Amino acid sequence: MAARRIIRNISILDLVHYRLPVPGVLSILHRISGVLMFILLPLCLWLFELSLRSELSYRQLRAVADGWFVKIVLAALAWALAHHLLAGIRYLLLDLDLGVERAAARRSAWIVFALSVPLAAWFALVIFGVL
Amino acid sequence: MSIGARRLVVGAHYGLGDWLVQRATAVVLAVYLIVLAVCVVSARPIDYDAWAGIFVPMVMKIATLIAFVALAYHAWIGMRDIWMDYVRPAGMRMALQLATILWLAGCLVWAAQILWKV
Repeated sequence: MAARRIIRNISILDLVHYRLPVPGVLSILHRISGVLMFILLPLCLWLFELSLRSELSYRQLRAVADGWFVKIVLAALAWALAHHLLAGIRYLLLDLDLGVERAAARRSAWIVFALSVPLAAWFALVIFGVL
Repeated sequence: MSIGARRLVVGAHYGLGDWLVQRATAVVLAVYLIVLAVCVVSARPIDYDAWAGIFVPMVMKIATLIAFVALAYHAWIGMRDIWMDYVRPAGMRMALQLATILWLAGCLVWAAQILWKV
């Protein structure tokens, strides 16, 4: 009798050469983008407060958003929102049994990236004042 | 973790409800984003008065607060899923879940306070 194949979880060291399919990459980035927005929620609220409190604080916000570090954080947030929203719409469609087949799921994952990456790039260019 | 031979302390059959709420709150947030985008585009050019003016009507205050409640609930379920996936020790998991709830509750109160000062 042949020995039974041992099925185990991969260890964290295996992640380096584990080839995750595109929907898997989309999925882990959905998680990472969600955590990023969760952690930066107070920053968003602080900026929201500055934008609304008064004419003066509105100008203060402009000054705060002028720093390159804040710009990078804002660009990261813009990417997180774009990816999380578009990947989320894909998940809602999957929940409706649309595009569940492997080929369709891969295609829709590529479509999400094809939309979210240029969208995030556009946000980044606006944030850095190029556009 | 089990108490006695059969009873599990995890899994009170709230999973499906939470799963559904996460989808519902996602839809609320997507719709709110569209509404906000329309408001911003139609209020252009955006300066302080135009931007703050968006949040002056009571309808928009209530819609925004509902969006924040949906956001907090959505983020709670997502973060709870993450803690359940990656943090095994029950004590640490509960501490992280409690911290998540306090974090989100604090943000929610702050958001309400910001909105009602405009």
